[in-house]
Amino acid sequence: MKNLTIKHIAIVILSGTMMCTTTSCERGLSEDAEFATFPKNPDVFIDGFSGGLQYLPFGGSKLDAFKVDTQTKYSGTSSMRFDVPNVNDPGGAFAGAIFPDMAGRDLTGFDALTFWAKATTSATINEIGFGTDFGENKFQTTLNNMRISTAWTKYIIPLPDPSQLVAERGMFWYAEGPENGNGYTFWIDELKFEKLGTIAQPRPAMFAGVDREEQTFIGAVIPITGLTQTFNLASGINQTVTAAPSYFSFRSSDTDVALVNENGVVTVVGEGTAEITATLNGVRASGSLSIESLGEFLQAPTPPARNPADVISVFSDAYTNIPVDFNNGFFAPFQTTLGGAITLNGQNIIQYTNLNFVATEFKNPTINISQMTHFHVDIFISEPITTGDFISIELGDFGPNNVFGGGDDSARRIQFPSTSLSRNQWISLDIPIADFALASRNNLAQIFFISDGTISTILVDNMYFYR
Amino acid sequence: MNNQNLFSTKGLLLVAKRAVLFTLLFSIMNCTDDKQKVVNFTNLVLAEEFDVNGPPNPEVWSYNIGTGQNGWGNNELQYYTDRPENVTVQNGYMIITARKESFNGSQYTSARLVTKGKFEQQYGRFEARMRLPWGQGIWPAFWMLGADIDDNPWPGAGEIDIMELRGQNPNILLGTVHGPGYSAGQSISKSYTLPNDRFDTGFHIFGIEWGPNYINFYVDDVLYNQITPADVPGEWVFNKPFYILMNVAVGGNFVGSPNTETVFPQTMLVDYVRVYN
Repeated sequence: MKNLTIKHIAIVILSGTMMCTTTSCERGLSEDAEFATFPKNPDVFIDGFSGGLQYLPFGGSKLDAFKVDTQTKYSGTSSMRFDVPNVNDPGGAFAGAIFPDMAGRDLTGFDALTFWAKATTSATINEIGFGTDFGENKFQTTLNNMRISTAWTKYIIPLPDPSQLVAERGMFWYAEGPENGNGYTFWIDELKFEKLGTIAQPRPAMFAGVDREEQTFIGAVIPITGLTQTFNLASGINQTVTAAPSYFSFRSSDTDVALVNENGVVTVVGEGTAEITATLNGVRASGSLSIESLGEFLQAPTPPARNPADVISVFSDAYTNIPVDFNNGFFAPFQTTLGGAITLNGQNIIQYTNLNFVATEFKNPTINISQMTHFHVDIFISEPITTGDFISIELGDFGPNNVFGGGDDSARRIQFPSTSLSRNQWISLDIPIADFALASRNNLAQIFFISDGTISTILVDNMYFYR
Repeated sequence: MNNQNLFSTKGLLLVAKRAVLFTLLFSIMNCTDDKQKVVNFTNLVLAEEFDVNGPPNPEVWSYNIGTGQNGWGNNELQYYTDRPENVTVQNGYMIITARKESFNGSQYTSARLVTKGKFEQQYGRFEARMRLPWGQGIWPAFWMLGADIDDNPWPGAGEIDIMELRGQNPNILLGTVHGPGYSAGQSISKSYTLPNDRFDTGFHIFGIEWGPNYINFYVDDVLYNQITPADVPGEWVFNKPFYILMNVAVGGNFVGSPNTETVFPQTMLVDYVRVYN
């Protein structure tokens, strides 16, 4: 009875479609035409490799970390056994591999990758999921920091959007390092794609759900990170997975200001404001990117050509730079400063936001500036400058012992008050090193910028010492 | 043009509702076996279809307001209101919304509607088509209390829970009766797990068929339990009129508190409430 009704409706819809097709005089599909489809095989590893499945370990990983184990298994005759190496294992620093079926499979009928797993000890598996094929990894999906225990437990990795997985090659992948330096073993069994029907309430996110604001220039390139999909499972757990950009549809509110491509990379193309948002399978992602583009980026003045012996460059495209450990140490808990090195129109610069203080550090090795006479830096401030605002520049030397601390360190700062700062133009500073009056200049390791929050955002370029 | 569209949509909806009803009737009539006494109630006496936007029909529904005693006896956390933020009729549905907000000393608000003194009935088929809320600490219910509760305090008055669900178990429905000697933790209850689906992603019909000395519990076309005097370890208090309650509670002994994973607001959509005798 029900079938009859459905058939009837189907015929009505079909004939409707046919009429449309006929009247619009386009070439329709013949009734015999069939779309090519990929196998819908749900099994990845039940009691052995499913048809077409390969094992491809990551370079640098312990190549024999994976074995088929017939002794320990959840059900059937065998399981997948993974031996995570100890620290300093000559065989490899970690365990990790992909298990692709290069012929591709149609996963659109499933909503989760599921498996049973246990380990010799409680541990946290760094990354586990599917969608990697050593190619585009277009639909890579990763469960990060999966807790595992010594008891067989069923795990569920939801598919962020099954409808896109029409020809997926990456059936399974994982990467795990030692736990506190120690290796251990975990097992996975009954690894397969399933249609659970209880994967629901999707809540995708970009930038991990944060509404970000960026003040920037034409030519800036900003990758969207923190792309996740969260589902509520039948167990009541909200399960979040990291989802590749290709699952998402990105949108720019003003394509004259910013463009966003299918890989979630934003390019600023004009002056003005634009909001970048995303949807996943029709559901609006939480989080956004608000861009305020100040227009054409004014490059910092190009430093003059110098004899290499006359310059020690920390950050500049004009000279060869020394090895730098970081441009932002994110010193907890007092530092608020965000940002670091970025690329604008092919030029490397540093952008600091939420500035209170921040350090660039270069202690591997430290540098000897005793033969140099000046420190140069270019600073750009786009926000209004008010009385009381300042930028201080501090040089830090690790002293004769050449390591931080030990009572011989020497750090001195020079403050530039609001009256010496100007907005929307590069401020080029050439400070005599003698003005810093450092006790030691042989083991310099740090350059600080300090505003105590009076100035929030600065661009920095061309940090070097010269004579 | 718009009006026409509206009408045709409504028409379709009506047809759809009737189709579901018909299917249900059909199924129930075919569900009988010799162990179950099933009487069919086909005379529609209450049909709350929620087709008029605004507050629910005041001739049928009134409200429990506030926090009751000890969170309505269960340490529930919500403050019940009759504000449109917590209960309203829109687009053919009654929407009960549980919110996380500070309100009169509570951290959550929601609504609880009752037909006490307005619609009370002994026996019949009571059913509602609903889409349920979800998440840790969310407790939706479609239930009934004995109409003599003012003179005959709970659990003496009796309670029939047509639908209860723990938000953290979004695919598990509970049908329960409470009475003297079998209340709260000792109540007579049965759960039903929806196969390969859950109750917060689509609409389902939750109902009972209730007659002399039996209550049959069903969801959609599945009759999943019958409770008779032989099943209860005390007096059978269900041969008298009861009234209807619908609410979304937050927290309390039955579900535990919401946590940081619980998404607010949460809504229960009620497509209709229908009663037959």
